[in-house]
Amino acid sequence: MGFISERLRANLVYAAALIATVLSGGALASGSKVNQMDMSPGVTNTGQAIYDLHTAILWICIVIGVVVFGVMFYSIIYHRKSKGYKAANFHESTSVEIAWTVVPFLILIGMAVPATSTLIQVYDTEDAEMDILVTGYQWKWKYEYLNENGENVSFFSNLRTAQDEIYNTDEKGEHYLLEVDEPMVIPVDTKVRFLVTANDVIHSWWVPELAVKRDAIPGFVNETWTRAEEIGIYRGQCAELCGKDHGFMPVVVNVVSKEDYAAWLETKQAEAAEIKALMAQTFTMDELVARGKNVYQGYCAACHGMNGEGGLGKAIAASAVATGDLTKHLDIGVNGVPGTAMQAFGGQMNDVDMAAVITYQRNAFGNNMGDMVQPIDVFNHKKG
Amino acid sequence: MGDHHHGPAKGLSRWLFTTNHKDIGTMYLWFSFAMFILGGAFAMIIRAELFQPGMQLVEPAFFNQMTTLHGLIMVFGAIMPSFVGLANWMIPMMIGAPDMALPRMNNWSFWILPPAFLILASTLFMEGGAPAFGWTFYAPLSTTYAPPSVTYFIFSIHVLGLSSIMGSINIIATVMNMRAPGMTYMKMPLFVWTWLITAFLLVAVMPVLAGAVTMMLMDIHFGTSFFSAAGGGDPVLFQHIFWFFGHPEVYIIILPAFGVVSQIIPAFSRKPLFGYASMVYATAAIAFLSFIVWAHHMYTVGMPIAGELFFMYATMLIAVPTGVKVFNWITTMWRGSMTFETPMLFSIGFLVLFTIGGFTGLMLSIAPADFQYHDSYFVVAHFHYVMVAGAVFSMTAAVYYWLPKWCGRMYNETMGKTHFWISFIGFNVTFFPQHFVGLAGMPRRIPDYALQFADFNMMSSIGAFIYGASQILFLYNVIATIVAGKPTSEEKVWDGAEGLEWTVATPAPYHTFETPPAVR
Amino acid sequence: MIRVSKNPSIDTTAKLAVVSVAMFAFVFVVMVPLYNVLCDALGINGKTDGTQYTSVPVAVDESRTITVQFVATNNEGMPWEFGPSVTAMKVHPGAVNDTVFFARNPLSKDMVAQAIPSISPSRAVKYFHKTECFCFNQQPLEANTDAEMPLQFIVDQDLPTDIQTITLSYTIFDVTDAVNGSVAAR
Repeated sequence: MGFISERLRANLVYAAALIATVLSGGALASGSKVNQMDMSPGVTNTGQAIYDLHTAILWICIVIGVVVFGVMFYSIIYHRKSKGYKAANFHESTSVEIAWTVVPFLILIGMAVPATSTLIQVYDTEDAEMDILVTGYQWKWKYEYLNENGENVSFFSNLRTAQDEIYNTDEKGEHYLLEVDEPMVIPVDTKVRFLVTANDVIHSWWVPELAVKRDAIPGFVNETWTRAEEIGIYRGQCAELCGKDHGFMPVVVNVVSKEDYAAWLETKQAEAAEIKALMAQTFTMDELVARGKNVYQGYCAACHGMNGEGGLGKAIAASAVATGDLTKHLDIGVNGVPGTAMQAFGGQMNDVDMAAVITYQRNAFGNNMGDMVQPIDVFNHKKG
Repeated sequence: MGDHHHGPAKGLSRWLFTTNHKDIGTMYLWFSFAMFILGGAFAMIIRAELFQPGMQLVEPAFFNQMTTLHGLIMVFGAIMPSFVGLANWMIPMMIGAPDMALPRMNNWSFWILPPAFLILASTLFMEGGAPAFGWTFYAPLSTTYAPPSVTYFIFSIHVLGLSSIMGSINIIATVMNMRAPGMTYMKMPLFVWTWLITAFLLVAVMPVLAGAVTMMLMDIHFGTSFFSAAGGGDPVLFQHIFWFFGHPEVYIIILPAFGVVSQIIPAFSRKPLFGYASMVYATAAIAFLSFIVWAHHMYTVGMPIAGELFFMYATMLIAVPTGVKVFNWITTMWRGSMTFETPMLFSIGFLVLFTIGGFTGLMLSIAPADFQYHDSYFVVAHFHYVMVAGAVFSMTAAVYYWLPKWCGRMYNETMGKTHFWISFIGFNVTFFPQHFVGLAGMPRRIPDYALQFADFNMMSSIGAFIYGASQILFLYNVIATIVAGKPTSEEKVWDGAEGLEWTVATPAPYHTFETPPAVR
Repeated sequence: MIRVSKNPSIDTTAKLAVVSVAMFAFVFVVMVPLYNVLCDALGINGKTDGTQYTSVPVAVDESRTITVQFVATNNEGMPWEFGPSVTAMKVHPGAVNDTVFFARNPLSKDMVAQAIPSISPSRAVKYFHKTECFCFNQQPLEANTDAEMPLQFIVDQDLPTDIQTITLSYTIFDVTDAVNGSVAAR
């Protein structure tokens, strides 16, 4: 078929493939399917109730639409001047007006009843077995497991998708934009209460398959709940415009068995203890720089550039701060710069990571200062 | 008659100083079309970035500026001024009045608009960029965390609010005081009724928007804490105040569109509008209800359940009068003798697509389901169905319908029908897939998305480019008509059209009804 | 723009202008206070009013135990260390309970904080009485200083029986600039 150019053939193949993919809807390991067209009932009772309500209303609308448009299209076909149809002259009827006021009203009442009971279900936060404080930050989530008996397990959950994938210099992974470094982990078949708030602007925590969405408002705590009935990984996103990286702060919830949850919790508590131990250690320059590079990419690169070239934030390469006084540099990392977008990261990472990232910044990007920060330095700096 | 007749002044000063409702209407219409193109250009940038996953064209911060300005310009610069322009042109003629009640205030109402939008557009070039907090500008993103341009944004909103308020006062004063003898309220064309009711809504809620942005200004510059928890305030208060304005605002957008369609469908069905009185009452009911439903935009904010239920029931209730109107339009068509010129095509397109938007609106009103729909593309799809396929299609129909009366020339019917079909197809290809990605979990206001949403987004972008291109065809048709269209001097351009505007000469004389007509 | 005042259009215009101004004033004079009143009365948003509760001695209801959780959050840019001394307490309705929050200002400048309380579930707001709270006032702290901030509260006996857990959370904000008279915006 030499008369069809290569390009045209490629386009035709692509178009055919597109249509085929759309109609077939491939599947990803979890989460919404490719080209999914409908809401997912998810893995909770509430989600199923919402899905059923949604489906019922949708079908009522479709039926009404078919009937109403059917009448209209009939009229368009048969009541045409070109077919010689002569116009009638009627122009009002009180009984008809009453009929099509009362009947829709009754249909609405029919819809309102299940809607009311489902809403009551959504609002019932009592008798939860565990509580998690969810805090929205620009542009990540923090999860704090409230423990009545002592230390809370607390960590940040950052987007893990690399900038290279976003800026098209690397192939996009399967869970592009829906993957994090530290997911929330909760046990299956357990009622979990979420206390949702925000650190700065309004965010919203949304996991479609858990049927949970709640606005995160700075200074106020909202509450919601879920009870996941199936083990799996469920992915969601921030659902309230919160600044430039609103689209880049996903939510990942890992629902595991109760045993696995208990084990995970123990691990997290042990990690916290381990960090405490690490904080007393002394590291080599290479160890700090290697660790610091990871921290930098997760926390700093979005504003300061993958290569320290700057962007929304100042450049780190050859900057006065990164090649200047060490204590001042550390202070900026820990306490931020009030009145600017540079947040106080001291509260967002442990002392080992802070020591590492400051060391990395001072020695990467051609800065080569040769000095370093140990975790104990960070700890002492915070203590004052 | 006794008055001496002179034509309009010549040159630029004609337009700067005119107090003639036809001139002012023309200026509003051209201005709004320019804003439609500008807002549309921003939409093209948005859809171009969303064509594929990944960031290809713009940075996320600039993308947010595009979505914000697209919304502000379309709502405040394109849709609202276009219907005000239509009101200016048509209301005096439809009620047999020589002009608007306050012609000099009318001039001011228009002329403060271009500077307001120049200021808004200029924020793109300011340090920190244009507003990037969405057209709904929630605090504290729009207060504590806003770029310096927010102050100009606030000023711009004040000015265009003032324009709307003055325009609405003018419309009310005109309709209440200047109807020709015999033109009782219940004999007015429905377009006049819908605008009268809309004008009352505007007078009531535009000041609320002014209040909201003033409170923002005070929080930003004068140390108050209306919306900041630190000082005892509450960001959610902003949302309540904004949506108390915002919900009536969307009815302000659609009621005049209802009025236009209520003129066009009877004309091309050669049958009177069915249920005139019901249509008036339904419009009034919608306007009243619009004040008590605002928090359905805030179902996920953490309201107590009693509040959620109240707003859910009240919102569902609005479906009743809206349905009544749809049924009345279809019954007007029923057993009429229809032809399908371009105005009728756009009106039928409105009827079908607005109703679909109404159905998704009913779905959204169901509070528990809304926990899954809120802030997703399902909402974006809904409001584009009602605002584009609703208000914009209706305005387009109006232009095709009344353009011959305005300029005495017929537009090219084939080109008009082509414009309709390309718009209809382009619109649906753009926005129908957005229902799917929204239900599948794609949030709104994001510049990049997960891979499972890619195909529908590509489709949506292709539709957007098609729809955008068809508006250029529309522009060409309008200009070609005005400059070189086939002249017509039929008073009744359309054989089924009724109303006082179809009793004056074509093109309409500069001054009409200097002596009031007799109305039976 | 001035025309003969007998003109009915001018009359209409003047009245509508008054309506516009009234709606503008409505926002400040009615909507804001109404919102605050309703939030306080209905406990919406977990918002508690900042007023101190004057307690009246009543019998303690030993048959019920309520868990009160304490959560501390720093608002953005607030570098203080801030947290509860205990993360939860089990209390009886009617009893007076005391606890303490710790705060530390690690910077080398004096600062002032404001703690904003929020209670979950919001239905419980009416039944949670703070007789002494560091949230009633702004909290100044000098550079590099620690403080203990006391909280005393009573859970009302009339707390609905289906509530077993109340979460009291505080967000602290940096109000140093506002207190010093400079603009609080960034």
